[in-house]
Amino acid sequence: MSIRVSNLSKAFGDVQAVADVSFDIAQGELFGLLGPNGAGKTTTINLLTGLARPDSGTIAVGEVDSSHDVKAAQSLIGVVPDESNLYPELSGLENLTFCAALYGVRKRERTARARRLLDDFGLSDAANRKFAGYSKGMKRKLTIAAGIIHQPPILFLDEPTTGIDVASARQIRQLIAALNADGVTILLTTHYIEEAERLCGRIAFIVRGSIVRVDRVSDLLQPLHERHVAVIELSAPDGWPTEAIAAAFSRCRFGTALAGRLRVESDERVPVGAIVRWLEEAGIEVTEARRVLPSLEDVFVEVTGIEADSMRRDREKSGGRS
Amino acid sequence: MTRWIAFWSILAKDMRSYYLKPPNISWGLIFPFAWTAMFLIRSGGSVEDVLSLLPGVMAISILFGTTSMLAVTITFEKKGRSFERLLLAPIPLTLLMAAKTAGAVVFGIANAFVPVAVCAFLVDLSGVAWGVLVPAVVLIALSSTFVGLFVAVAVSEVFEAQTFSNFLRFPMIFLCGLFFPLERLPLAIRPLSYALPLTYGVDAMRGAVIGTQSLPLAVDLLALVLFCGVLFGLSLRNIRRKWIV
Repeated sequence: MSIRVSNLSKAFGDVQAVADVSFDIAQGELFGLLGPNGAGKTTTINLLTGLARPDSGTIAVGEVDSSHDVKAAQSLIGVVPDESNLYPELSGLENLTFCAALYGVRKRERTARARRLLDDFGLSDAANRKFAGYSKGMKRKLTIAAGIIHQPPILFLDEPTTGIDVASARQIRQLIAALNADGVTILLTTHYIEEAERLCGRIAFIVRGSIVRVDRVSDLLQPLHERHVAVIELSAPDGWPTEAIAAAFSRCRFGTALAGRLRVESDERVPVGAIVRWLEEAGIEVTEARRVLPSLEDVFVEVTGIEADSMRRDREKSGGRS
Repeated sequence: MTRWIAFWSILAKDMRSYYLKPPNISWGLIFPFAWTAMFLIRSGGSVEDVLSLLPGVMAISILFGTTSMLAVTITFEKKGRSFERLLLAPIPLTLLMAAKTAGAVVFGIANAFVPVAVCAFLVDLSGVAWGVLVPAVVLIALSSTFVGLFVAVAVSEVFEAQTFSNFLRFPMIFLCGLFFPLERLPLAIRPLSYALPLTYGVDAMRGAVIGTQSLPLAVDLLALVLFCGVLFGLSLRNIRRKWIV
């Protein structure tokens, strides 16, 4: 089942949260919406799920025009919000069966499905424990299970791995990939560039409410294949002037030294050894130097003009460790 | 069928999570006893006076039983974002809010019949017009619940829900004719009494229990139905305007 979003806009007072956003998601696709905090990802999800009303634009979920029949559209979708919002006083099993009942699943069937999902998500041992007592990772997993217990053909995942430990995040990514392999159409919002690169077939970059680029991950990376990148870990302070080294290596492009890291790009092989020697002669200690493959992060920086470091700061602010 | 499965599940969850908790059950039992004892001591009356106190105690029990829980629980769920789950479910908002309020209505009705059960041991209840009393109790429970819903939708914090509930409840108790007959209230205040649902509820129950009623029964019941419709309609409108922005 597909999704078609056309010219979607939403403002809150003077703030234009979503501005003329359009994209299509094909049936069975895993589509990523990537952007920093406050870019409009959650507002877009809220508009798609009926938790917010668009000022203009249309949303089609399968054959259903969501702006005319939001309840029919809601029966086709599952939603995993950016915060785990299940009932703290209910057990894991009770939460899942309750969520299934909201979609009209009959009693025997919902209990069977809940037990199966608890098993699939590795939560069987905590089935009868209250949700309030779950760890963050367990809460996230149960929230995803609650989003799919009515077996929706479309799933919206809003920042599914934010703020949880590495092992849980890894497990959740595997679960998302498995769901997609089963044919579920997925819209994933994230500010983890690596996560989007690893999971999504296509990605939209969203900045300040507008989509600035939509493409396949492979197509996004294609122009960078000819580019050579090296990262040098060094003792220079933030903002260390790179004019002198740039003059010495005129075929290279040097980024700004930040958090003890200097990024070097070139259209030909980066002369890492020569650069390291130059730095050491200039009295700067180099702890590590390595060539790296260009990544989606490079594309993101190039397309949006947002430094990947600001995304990292967003991640740290939101408590993310994954 | 799908919708009714959702309706019953929401009602059952709320009953289990909120209304059937031991503190609420004991409160629902103790509260009417306390009010009855208070009125009896104040009037210095005998056991026979219990019957005249019954409509007032029932009305207060319903009012507090419905409003105190509903306003707080909905505000709590809204703040914890679990209410979003309900808004995302493919059930109409009217049915959803009917399910969310049904628990409070049932709890209010159950509270109302605690003093009736006590009275049954003390006085003869054979003269009570049950055919009037039961609909009056149901309508008071509905209108009081919708007062609670109106409060829940108007506020965003749990403490605001409690404050706003009291702001509405206490004038209702003092102006509904429970403590002072409406005829004895100053003329300037009297219109306010008639703007409160509890006034009509108490009047209908007085008629059913002790046979004295200042307004025709049809007027009392119609007024209660109107209050229910207006309060529920206003609450739904506010949810659409404030919670689905």
